[in-house]
Amino acid sequence: MAFWINQSLNSLALGGLLFLLSAGFSLIFGLMRIANLSHGAYFMLGAYVGLTLLRMGVNFWLAAIGAAVAIALAGGIVERFVLRRLAGRALSQVLATLGVAFIIADACLWIWTGDPIPLPGPESLRGTVAFAGTRFPLYRLGVIGFASILFVVLWLLLDRTRIGAMIRAGVDDLDMARAVGIPVNTLFTAVFCLGAALAGMGGVFAGPILSVYPGLDSDMLPLALVVVILGGVGSLAGAFIGSMVIGFIYTFGQALLPDLAYVILFLPMVIVLVVRPRGLFGRVAA
Amino acid sequence: MSAALEVRELRKSFGGLPAADGVSLEVATGERRLIIGPNGAGKTTLFNMISGDLRADSGSVRIFGEEAGRLRPDQRARRGLARTYQILTLFPKSTLAHNIVLSLLGLSPSRWQMLSPLARRADLQRRSREVLARVGLEAFADRHVSEVSYGDKRRLEIAMALAQEPKLLLLDEPLAGLSAEERRAVQALLDTIPRTITIVMIEHDIDSALAFAERITLLHYGRVIVEGTRAEVVAHPRTREVYLGV
Amino acid sequence: MKRAAAIGAAAALLVALPWIVAGDYYVNLSSQILIAAIFAMSLNIVVGYGGMVSLGHAAYLGVAAYATAWIMLRLGLGPLAAGAAALVFTTAMAAFFGVLALRASGLSFLMITLALGQILWGLAYRWVGVTGGDNGLTGLTRPKPFGIELTGATPFYYFALIVFALALVAMALIVRSPFGASLQGARDQPRRMNALGHHVWMVQWAAFVLSGFWGAVAGVLYVYYNTFISPHALSLQNSAEVLLMVIAGGPATTLGPVVGAALVVIIKNVVSAYLERWVMLLGVVFVLIVMFLPEGIVPGVQRLIARRKKT
Repeated sequence: MAFWINQSLNSLALGGLLFLLSAGFSLIFGLMRIANLSHGAYFMLGAYVGLTLLRMGVNFWLAAIGAAVAIALAGGIVERFVLRRLAGRALSQVLATLGVAFIIADACLWIWTGDPIPLPGPESLRGTVAFAGTRFPLYRLGVIGFASILFVVLWLLLDRTRIGAMIRAGVDDLDMARAVGIPVNTLFTAVFCLGAALAGMGGVFAGPILSVYPGLDSDMLPLALVVVILGGVGSLAGAFIGSMVIGFIYTFGQALLPDLAYVILFLPMVIVLVVRPRGLFGRVAA
Repeated sequence: MSAALEVRELRKSFGGLPAADGVSLEVATGERRLIIGPNGAGKTTLFNMISGDLRADSGSVRIFGEEAGRLRPDQRARRGLARTYQILTLFPKSTLAHNIVLSLLGLSPSRWQMLSPLARRADLQRRSREVLARVGLEAFADRHVSEVSYGDKRRLEIAMALAQEPKLLLLDEPLAGLSAEERRAVQALLDTIPRTITIVMIEHDIDSALAFAERITLLHYGRVIVEGTRAEVVAHPRTREVYLGV
Repeated sequence: MKRAAAIGAAAALLVALPWIVAGDYYVNLSSQILIAAIFAMSLNIVVGYGGMVSLGHAAYLGVAAYATAWIMLRLGLGPLAAGAAALVFTTAMAAFFGVLALRASGLSFLMITLALGQILWGLAYRWVGVTGGDNGLTGLTRPKPFGIELTGATPFYYFALIVFALALVAMALIVRSPFGASLQGARDQPRRMNALGHHVWMVQWAAFVLSGFWGAVAGVLYVYYNTFISPHALSLQNSAEVLLMVIAGGPATTLGPVVGAALVVIIKNVVSAYLERWVMLLGVVFVLIVMFLPEGIVPGVQRLIARRKKT
């Protein structure tokens, strides 16, 4: 019994991290039709930046925010000076993000060297808590909580604010949105920054659980893709549900069939794409 | 003798309103049929279902007596079907001659050849120029498509279909966007097509296509409203209704 | 006539290479470039001529390499027999993967190829009994075609050069053939091609299989060269790198992938001795090419030469 509860909570925690990773990817792809192949790199860079801030004595939560801001800045520069220049050429944009991923990954290797570094979690969430006959790390519960709060915040942002309405309009029909006067260029930059910021912040939150290491980016990117395929592009709820589903599949897969863990993860993705090339919740536009 | 084209109760909807709501028609071999109707009437959807680019929700399409609903577009081409598209679908970075060669290859078994150069196929090059000569474009054979005028591109589009030596030719708005002179050239071209080829044409602009049509089918909201000879349809009160909303 | 002379000169240069360059290190480097060039040319069939961008091409190199190694080590077959068997197996796998991947196009196609590659990579890591896991498979020997030892740098170079020449000729023939015209037509106007009587799916699937076959050839050469295989060969980075080679060099040209392969291998091996941040350089070069020379280096250079000729 304890096993199931433990693994379920681990699943939810992983799901929470994946949501932080994939929400940004889904928004960027949904609005800008760019498959941001550097998204994993932003995640990793965020973790490293958070690590440096922590080393400088900054409090964990502030470090997470600081990382988010830093990565938003990096993302904004890439969007403004590289991606915007390639507007209308979807393949070129995707390839450009691939190149950027190489650059960011190597920069991280340069600045922080190759050793994996565990990121210390916040003091307030140290230790474990007793839970239905088992003990579970408080930090992971915190991640679940934070991811849920973030989901609600993003939902409100998309659903209740003007900028959210503009984003939704753009996701629905970009040409129409342009026609009614929505400042698409600025919106693109803003959404890209938001997506990158979410990834960066996600990296900091993932740090205590996954550690930070070179290669984290190419470990995380495929997971973001899997979530988005399952959950549908441009759908926040889809990203949340998809993340949780993948969290469960991966965690239980690892526990029960460790040799086949990766297969278990990607097989559903292949099956979904083969059966329904548009993704489960539609809109992985070819 | 079976009809060249027999369409029965074709239906297709994309979520909301039906694009085709039980369309039936029959085109005799050698006939010149014109399909008209206001924008959104479902004309191109109908063509797409006939050519196989779109699968109908229900209903049947028979080409020269054979049930074609389950056939892929390339299989229908092999049964003698050829079409042009409303929006030009040429190969802009290639020469006009190469565009025709691609058309000729479509039905040739040698299209699967992987080891001999296409350029050495003198027979294809020669036939390509013959087709271009038929439509009056042989002077531009070695020009790139991007270098010729819109009117010439429209003629090339038709030439590609003719190169397939079809028995049933579907023309989707072949006169769209042409100047008066260009239109006359295309109309003259269409008049030279022999009766061994059945032609079904969609045109939005009735006047320019009227002379061509022997029988006319009027579509609106995915349904056949009026059908008959040119004279019958032109005189019909429903025709005026559909076009003038009167 | 000029072209024949250029080709002749290039061929002479390649044949004389071991005597021109200074030492085994550079001969080995040239072998690596040849192997990478075959790998990139194989991807170009699908990406450049087929218009289908794949991020899972490392699968064919990796599986062919692993299959060769496994057959040599576990079944005791000689390198050449093992290589031949690996080619058959990997091509069959490509045929199967092609059916799956061609259910989609565009981004979905990219994701399916990526997912398939990741599954194989995961298997290579975890299925330790078969693949040796993280440590990979070692203890392999190079083949001895007609009794000729290939352990030295120069003999292996010539072996690789022969295979490369075969691949290059095959590529050139396919591209200029009726099939090649169908493939490129399908890339540009798939609907039109179907309407003309071409079976676009079949053409693209055949291209996919051909691409997998030549990728497997690169893989067999790869494992002969290294006498070692590890999961890195199946990684996303490897798939990204070969895509980089094709895009940078010039997709839809015969020489583009070769130039791209040379560029990447040289940066990886030579520049890395002087510049520790060669990966970053690779990324920067790639982004610049995508932004300013989108057709790739070879067409870009051809255009420059054409413009010079005019003035």
